Amino acid sequence: MNRQAQIAEIIRTISKKNTTPDPDESLFDSGLLDSFALPDVLSALELAFSIKIPDSDLNPRKFDSISRIESYIESRL
Amino acid sequence: MVGSSAEWIYNVSGIDERRFAAEDETISDMAVSAAQDCLSASGVLASELGMLMVASGSSERRFPGPAASVAHRLGLDSVPALDLPMASAGSLFGMALASKLTETYGNILVVAAEKMSSVILRQPMNPSTCVLFGDGAGACLVSAKDGLAKVVDSALYSDGSFAEDLKLELERPLEMNGRTVILQASRKIPRAVVELLERNGRAAADVGYFLMHQANQNLIVRIAAALGVGAEKFYSNIRRYGNTSSASMLIAATEWSRQSGFPSGVPIVFATFGAGFHWGALLCVAT
Repeated sequence: MNRQAQIAEIIRTISKKNTTPDPDESLFDSGLLDSFALPDVLSALELAFSIKIPDSDLNPRKFDSISRIESYIESRL
Repeated sequence: MVGSSAEWIYNVSGIDERRFAAEDETISDMAVSAAQDCLSASGVLASELGMLMVASGSSERRFPGPAASVAHRLGLDSVPALDLPMASAGSLFGMALASKLTETYGNILVVAAEKMSSVILRQPMNPSTCVLFGDGAGACLVSAKDGLAKVVDSALYSDGSFAEDLKLELERPLEMNGRTVILQASRKIPRAVVELLERNGRAAADVGYFLMHQANQNLIVRIAAALGVGAEKFYSNIRRYGNTSSASMLIAATEWSRQSGFPSGVPIVFATFGAGFHWGALLCVAT
């Protein structure tokens, strides 16, 4: 499974919605994620990709789309 | 007020009702009332106080803050009175500092009073924040003598890199980047609690009750989950009062104390998170 597909799977699991957003679609504006789902998504990303997201990087805009999440993960690997 | 439905407000925050102070009621009025209530309940006279701390982020003026006025109205003559204009974190910071100062200053009264209605109702209203906050005041007496509980340890933190994400500028509406606040609080509060407990040889499961800043019911539930404890261990009254900023933790603690009476030997954790960001936790054991 490629990275974007993994990220999409995490979002589907956390949001409990069987929807795959477009890579550049806003996860917040689309209603897929809310403020309380985001911490769970980040924890799942840390586990899935063996990365640690420091508090200083916890800017919701960095995680607002699958593309942005993928870019962030690549920067941490 | 701003077109938000009661159902939506409840779903996103857990708030059903809020209380607003009277138009002519001041922070000092509310603080004095809470202070007198606390002193009466503790059996300590105002004249036996060595220090007063007043936390408020919604004070009517830049300076002096309410502490000097409150001290004067309590009949305190030359007793040091500190203002803690730290918004939500003010009461816990006050309690933690008081626990370190009490050996020198004796009885220290920590009061938190907020009139958030004076902020959120002025025009232009911010629809995303004006529905969340209420007014209230609470107080806590910290002493070197025996009381309801013994303060074991505390941990305080500040991170100014998020200073722009929750702020009240002069004559402007309260501004909050809700997603950032929730994200940071979801991580920082459990981490602070765990670090505090671990360095005292305890785990979250050992804690009898958690008395948290009442910012958002969904956040309280998340923090309980992050700590691996049931949400029923977290006292909650946000449904009735909304977010009363620095006052909320002390109001919650007072209500819980009157219901449960601080069961002897039980570890209690106070925790807060607020504008700054400032956050922390305090561990005490009921005596």
